[in-house]
Amino acid sequence: MASTAHDTAVHHDDHGHHHETFLTKYVFSQDHKMIAKQFLITGIIMGVIAMFLSVLFRLQLGWPDKSFPILETFLGKWAEGGRIKPDFYLALVTIHGTMMVFFVLTAGLSGTFSNLLIPLQLGARDMASPFINMLSYWFFFLACVIMMGSFFVESGPASAGWTVYPPLSALPKAISGSGLGMTLWLVSMTLFVASSLMGALNYISTVLNMRTKGMDLWRMPLTIWAFFLTAITGVLSFPVLVAAVVLLIFDRSFGTSFYLSDIVMQGQVLPNQGGSPILWQHLFLFQKGQFANISLL
Amino acid sequence: MRVRNFFKSPLLYSLVLVVGLMTALGVQAQTTDTTAVSMSTAMDTASTAAAAGPASPTLISTDVDTTQLSWNLGDGQGNPVEIGKIAPDYTPIYKSFSYYFLLFFLFCAFIAIIGRSLKAYELTRSIQGKEKGINWHRIQAVLLGIVLVVGLYGAYWSYTTQGAMVNSISGTEHGERIDFMFNITVIITTIVFVITHILLFGFSVRYAGSEKRKAYFYPHNNAIERLWTIAPAIVLTVLVLLGFFTWKGITNISDSDQKNALQVEVTGEQFKWSLRYSGADNQIGTRNYKLISPTNGLGIDFTDKKSWDDRLAGDIVLPVNRSVRFTIGSKDVLHSFYIPTFRVQMNAVPGMPTYFQFTPKYTTAEMRGKLNDPKFDYILLCAKICGAGHYNMQVKVRVVSEKEYQEWLTKQPLYYNDDVKKELQMASASTSAQVALTSNN
Repeated sequence: MASTAHDTAVHHDDHGHHHETFLTKYVFSQDHKMIAKQFLITGIIMGVIAMFLSVLFRLQLGWPDKSFPILETFLGKWAEGGRIKPDFYLALVTIHGTMMVFFVLTAGLSGTFSNLLIPLQLGARDMASPFINMLSYWFFFLACVIMMGSFFVESGPASAGWTVYPPLSALPKAISGSGLGMTLWLVSMTLFVASSLMGALNYISTVLNMRTKGMDLWRMPLTIWAFFLTAITGVLSFPVLVAAVVLLIFDRSFGTSFYLSDIVMQGQVLPNQGGSPILWQHLFLFQKGQFANISLL
Repeated sequence: MRVRNFFKSPLLYSLVLVVGLMTALGVQAQTTDTTAVSMSTAMDTASTAAAAGPASPTLISTDVDTTQLSWNLGDGQGNPVEIGKIAPDYTPIYKSFSYYFLLFFLFCAFIAIIGRSLKAYELTRSIQGKEKGINWHRIQAVLLGIVLVVGLYGAYWSYTTQGAMVNSISGTEHGERIDFMFNITVIITTIVFVITHILLFGFSVRYAGSEKRKAYFYPHNNAIERLWTIAPAIVLTVLVLLGFFTWKGITNISDSDQKNALQVEVTGEQFKWSLRYSGADNQIGTRNYKLISPTNGLGIDFTDKKSWDDRLAGDIVLPVNRSVRFTIGSKDVLHSFYIPTFRVQMNAVPGMPTYFQFTPKYTTAEMRGKLNDPKFDYILLCAKICGAGHYNMQVKVRVVSEKEYQEWLTKQPLYYNDDVKKELQMASASTSAQVALTSNN
């Protein structure tokens, strides 16, 4: 496949059209192999950042009585005197978990290997829709940037744990990270889900429609079966996560009570009634169960 | 120039090194400046103090100068040191971003240099026409073998050293069933872990790449596939069913047993637990979050007579060998009621009471003897991230004899106290006044 692609490129060059510029070849590429590399590199970078965050908070966890100037170097006002503030400790744990589960395990693994191997092992020229494939990567990239951006918000990034259980994540009064940081988390997650959905639909269409001559479903390599089932699982479960996220946005911004009921926050009785925090757990854990399957597959 | 060539260029690396060095030197200079400033400040202070002296300024100035210097520049034990030998303060360097960047860069450069040196060694050998320099297959096989041995030893070490932390004596009857399930799972997964890792790494070592051997293509074996599909399926089914029935046994309690158990209510809020013990009627009065006020922190509905004998408590005190039923709630966010030694954990949810019923098996004193730890205490923790003070949401749990428990309970204050009564009377009076006013109008 690689040599074929190369030959085609040379052939095209000879005729003086379809010139690949730096932007179309490396940045806004529609080539599945380049997109796989983009997913891989972004996934690795997010993995390294997430590991670094875990090193920072584990320094404090391991030696709770000591202060480390390195913590103040990297975290500034959140670790004055070289000791992480309690709410920011939770923010580090939250963003570390989110990055590892969503950006490394889900997007990093599935995005890289599905994109690289599905067309190659099926004998297809590329994905069913290279353009949507490109969009899938850029939505993922944007999700990563927004998640990182939440570190630069005055009230700090989301701090309610990577499962962001409401009411803690729904009420800015409950913890400082549930302010703008949490909104950015939700925006980032929505973009991430859109990215995964576009990717998964592409994988499914490619597997069903673009197999080479003679390759029926039962002759498909086992790896492709795994990617295929991963994509189906993703398509079934990601919309549930979006539904959960949208309901949480409603609770946070529009005064609804999907997840809130019978709450007294800092002596003030809140008007929300009739909701249940357990609803989030059900919706989110349905998705979480799928993550296990996705990682396994 | 192609982008990839740019990364090959020594120019890039030199540039990074120079920038890093310059920044680090800048920090170093700043450090020296800081030291100089602190020295001059010390001397200024000394002379200022001297100038403020009452008589013979010059003479006193010299005396005070020496004293101040020995205070500021001494080794911490009052011994003066010479100015030229002051140890510089490197703290700003450890606070500098470029310092860590440079360290990281040097580490990468070090790895790269080793890699390039090995490559150069191999090239020179091949130029000299000698046999292939380094047998990487062998090296990788040996490394994987080392990983296997070290990894398995690490697992053994953590089982023996830290295993006791998760496998301590359970303080309840149901806890022993949970421990049994936990142990079964650990035994099965350990067997699988050891066998699969020996196979995984052992094969990599035994069949390391070699020019003398050709790989044997072995794509399919139905018997093996059946084995590794059916065996885990059976084991997992057993584990899941075991978990299901154990949990059912713990949580499905008959109505009469529920009523006979000692009733205690625990309510979580940021960042404390509030306790309410049922009184002589062994029934806890209802509560409504809308009734929460400074005098009625839990929003207890005092029109419900069951609440009149409810008692407030600071610590949890439980009688040994008597079933206790906790009604668990929350005022604000999710918390989790977690007493590790009892193997008890249940979410505290606002707007939805949850329950956990269990029977403590050993008093605190007995448990201290069993664990050979005179300072041991059962402890209630919060096991769900609930905000900045989450780590500090602890309550001591004491298990005592029935007699001690009864004595303790009678000493606990009632929720329905004089302040509450006064507040209720005032509220009732104001309501009647309003009603009267409305009817007059």
